Amino acid sequence: MTKPTTASGHAGLQLEQALIFEQDTPGATAVDLPDLPDHIDTMGEFENKDAIGLPGLSEPEVVRHYTRLSQKNYSIDSGFYPLGSCTMKHNPRLNEKMARLPGLADIHPFQPVSTVQGALELIDTCAHWLTELTGMAAVAMSPAAGAHGELCGLMCIKSAHDAAGSSRSIVLVPDSAHGTNPATAALCGYTVESIPANAEGRVDLGALKSRLGPDIAAVMITNPNTCGLFERECIEIADAVHEAGAYFYMDGANFNAIVGRLRLSDLGVDAMHINLHKTFSTPHGGGGPGAGPTVISKALAPFAPVPFVVRKGDGYEVEEHAGFGAAKQSYGRMKGFHGQFGVFVRALSYMMSMGVDGLKQASGDAVLNANYLLARLSAELTPAYPGPCMHEAVFDDRFLKGTGVTTLDIAKALIDEGFHPPTMYFPLVVHGALLMEPTETESKAALDQFIESMLHLARKAKAGDAAEAFKAAPQLAPRRRLDETKAARKPILRWKPSEDAAARQAAE
Amino acid sequence: MRYLPLTQDNRTEMLAAIGAKNVDELFCDLPKSALASAKFNLPNTQSEMSVERDLGKMAAKNLNCGQAPSFLGAGNYRHHTPASLDYIIQRGEFLTAYTPYQPEISQGTLQAIYEFQTQVALMTGMEVANASMYDGATACSEAVAMACRVTKRTRALISGKVHPHYADVTSTSMKFLNVDVDCLAPDPFNVEDLIGRVDSSLACVVVQTPSFFGHLSNFTALAEACRSAGVLLVVCVSDPVSLGALIPPGRMGADIVVADGQSLAGPMGFGGPGVGLFATREKYVRQMPGRLAGETTDEDGRRGWVLTLSTREQHIRREKATSNICTNSGLIALAFSVHMTLLGEAGFKRLAKLNHAMAAVLARKLASVKDVRVLPSNYFNEFVVELPKDAAEVAEQLAARGILGGIPVSRFYPTYPELTDLLLVTATETNTMEDIDAFTGALKEVLS
Repeated sequence: MTKPTTASGHAGLQLEQALIFEQDTPGATAVDLPDLPDHIDTMGEFENKDAIGLPGLSEPEVVRHYTRLSQKNYSIDSGFYPLGSCTMKHNPRLNEKMARLPGLADIHPFQPVSTVQGALELIDTCAHWLTELTGMAAVAMSPAAGAHGELCGLMCIKSAHDAAGSSRSIVLVPDSAHGTNPATAALCGYTVESIPANAEGRVDLGALKSRLGPDIAAVMITNPNTCGLFERECIEIADAVHEAGAYFYMDGANFNAIVGRLRLSDLGVDAMHINLHKTFSTPHGGGGPGAGPTVISKALAPFAPVPFVVRKGDGYEVEEHAGFGAAKQSYGRMKGFHGQFGVFVRALSYMMSMGVDGLKQASGDAVLNANYLLARLSAELTPAYPGPCMHEAVFDDRFLKGTGVTTLDIAKALIDEGFHPPTMYFPLVVHGALLMEPTETESKAALDQFIESMLHLARKAKAGDAAEAFKAAPQLAPRRRLDETKAARKPILRWKPSEDAAARQAAE
Repeated sequence: MRYLPLTQDNRTEMLAAIGAKNVDELFCDLPKSALASAKFNLPNTQSEMSVERDLGKMAAKNLNCGQAPSFLGAGNYRHHTPASLDYIIQRGEFLTAYTPYQPEISQGTLQAIYEFQTQVALMTGMEVANASMYDGATACSEAVAMACRVTKRTRALISGKVHPHYADVTSTSMKFLNVDVDCLAPDPFNVEDLIGRVDSSLACVVVQTPSFFGHLSNFTALAEACRSAGVLLVVCVSDPVSLGALIPPGRMGADIVVADGQSLAGPMGFGGPGVGLFATREKYVRQMPGRLAGETTDEDGRRGWVLTLSTREQHIRREKATSNICTNSGLIALAFSVHMTLLGEAGFKRLAKLNHAMAAVLARKLASVKDVRVLPSNYFNEFVVELPKDAAEVAEQLAARGILGGIPVSRFYPTYPELTDLLLVTATETNTMEDIDAFTGALKEVLS
């Protein structure tokens, strides 16, 4: 059965939607504002008398526009989203409600400190949860996302080396690391060298030890790593790193696997960022905002960036200037205002809801769900490493050998099955990787449905003669495969009026 | 626990499928010593009602700006956002989607980013804009880093009228890259000679209009001087609502324009999350940081959008990337874009004019108070006033009277005694004539 073509271009509930610029009714607006008060204009020569070129729409048109756009998105609310390393867990709506309380939303960062004691208490409470859950001495709350938190950690480390008069220039990062790790190290002025992995998918301790020396500033290790495995020699790694006079940065992207079970301080970690938008359920919003508070050891704490909240008597104050008071040795400032406050509210709402017992249950269920996928999918797929895994399971593409079907094809076929594909081709050390992170907020029934689809696709690929059908996927999504080469070769990064329309506008 | 769907029976059944006796067995790779010593002094699970109560108590300890006439700005502004905006951004399909890595099922987010990029480019008078940075301050820092890449130089000059947080964030990050950043001293009283400082060793000059203190500037001549020395001009904008009334930086010759879009996106939220706006010229696009959505077609020839030029980014280029940014500020960028769509050309211009009118009324009233002087003669919705006494004390006394009447400039510059009597005040469309009268009246009392 072929899909019917329609006069409108719509296909049932899949509604095509033009750009807002193509829906322009000149002069229209969806916002009514009061009349201007009597006043004397003081903008003078700086006032713009020309058109900006923004389209005009009414409120119903705007609401419909974005409603239709939203319906072209897959989301965790609508289905299973096993995107590895992204921790796409349910985003509780209580968090959203709390972030909208006027006492938390409608407050300004520079009100007199006496009028925002509740906000400072909230930041302090959130910080307390994070230091208590990690056993670390302090936390820098202001980094805006994971990569920003990595930068914060490395800046603390660089500052500590500088203060000690040590000029080390190299940061070691495993091949399997997320791309932000080497990018961050470079932004901190370091040269990056890679650490090889062993056949088990873990850091090769011997190779690491032999590379450690007086030129190594820090070692950055994701743990659990991007192969979904816990670095079981983590304490030995930390000891060796410390013995060489370097610091141990742990990438906390995968903290969801271990939260509530062990403390980083007991692993010898010096710094780790925590993605509040992963482990602590704040929504990804199609690409942010996140928050990346960075927990740090006692040795690094003096160098932490401003601002930070300090208790004073019964109340709270905020240290806003590097070089003064408690921030005497602070390396500076990373972010405007007081960090991602709205994200702190949501994360704290989640942590309080879960409690420490709930968080431990959550990491248990996350790991259980991943191992269940690993066990059941191993019937047809090829796991990159034997289990048990942590909160994500990685498969390579050996099961597709000789079928003409690729990892990308499997991912696109999963879209037609109604699922968001796993992370593809990452980690780089696994050939044709499919990295699946189910999270703890999926039911067994949801996992079973996904497993059935995944096994079905694997069998179909292996049965032969299916390559063409796979290459054609997805067929049921709002769009079929998009031409990324064309997009990059001659980039069209914004709408422009057609030449006719531009000429007409100029004539007016 | 209400967020965890597995039942005990499920767990037992799943463990059997895995071939493990219990969940602890799955954690066998964790060091025994660390498992044994783990202790957390934290409370157990709480009901939804109980969490609401506890957080409600914290919220109640703050004086929110709906309870008190407020005149606060300095990079974070209180504007009205239409009810439909919050409804739209709370749609789960936007709120709970990840970065649009699978374009076939992310066209909603991608089209919205493409529209956002276009709006930002139009407003700033630039050719292209990216999908967002964390906030205005980090966008400023990224702009300086980009200017260094483009010019292959390692010196930057920052005007003393740029937001101090923007200057601090930039100098902090540049310090680690051995870029020499010269931040001029804050001087709201005089005009800076920036043209005299431009030379061909600079990667960029960073300026701001409206400035941190509220001054308006035309940088056309500075841009000309920069161009002839091969220096990029980075222009920061304080409140982007101003772009509805003022000559856009692009038309003055800016090479990079940055701002914080919070003011149009939603609540102040104690300063975060915001959204960094970042716009530049087409010829520099491959040196730009951050994500970009671009137009293309699918296999059936239908128009669609993808993330593009990602060879600039960390997940492909690793240590050679233009930035380490991954997660940006997607949802706040969407909120910004929705508000701009609701406003449209007519609404945006009207909103800007209304902001200016309210500020002009406020300035006249404040200037009528004895010994109070408004410093800038041209301003948009924010300006600095000189008081006859310490502005921090005045702000506290106003707060005690239920008025959030401006920000003492000394909060940003504790080591400049000549700035202690300066108060930075802002008016927006959310202020009423009654608010302005209450502020003026209270100020008279405090100063008498």
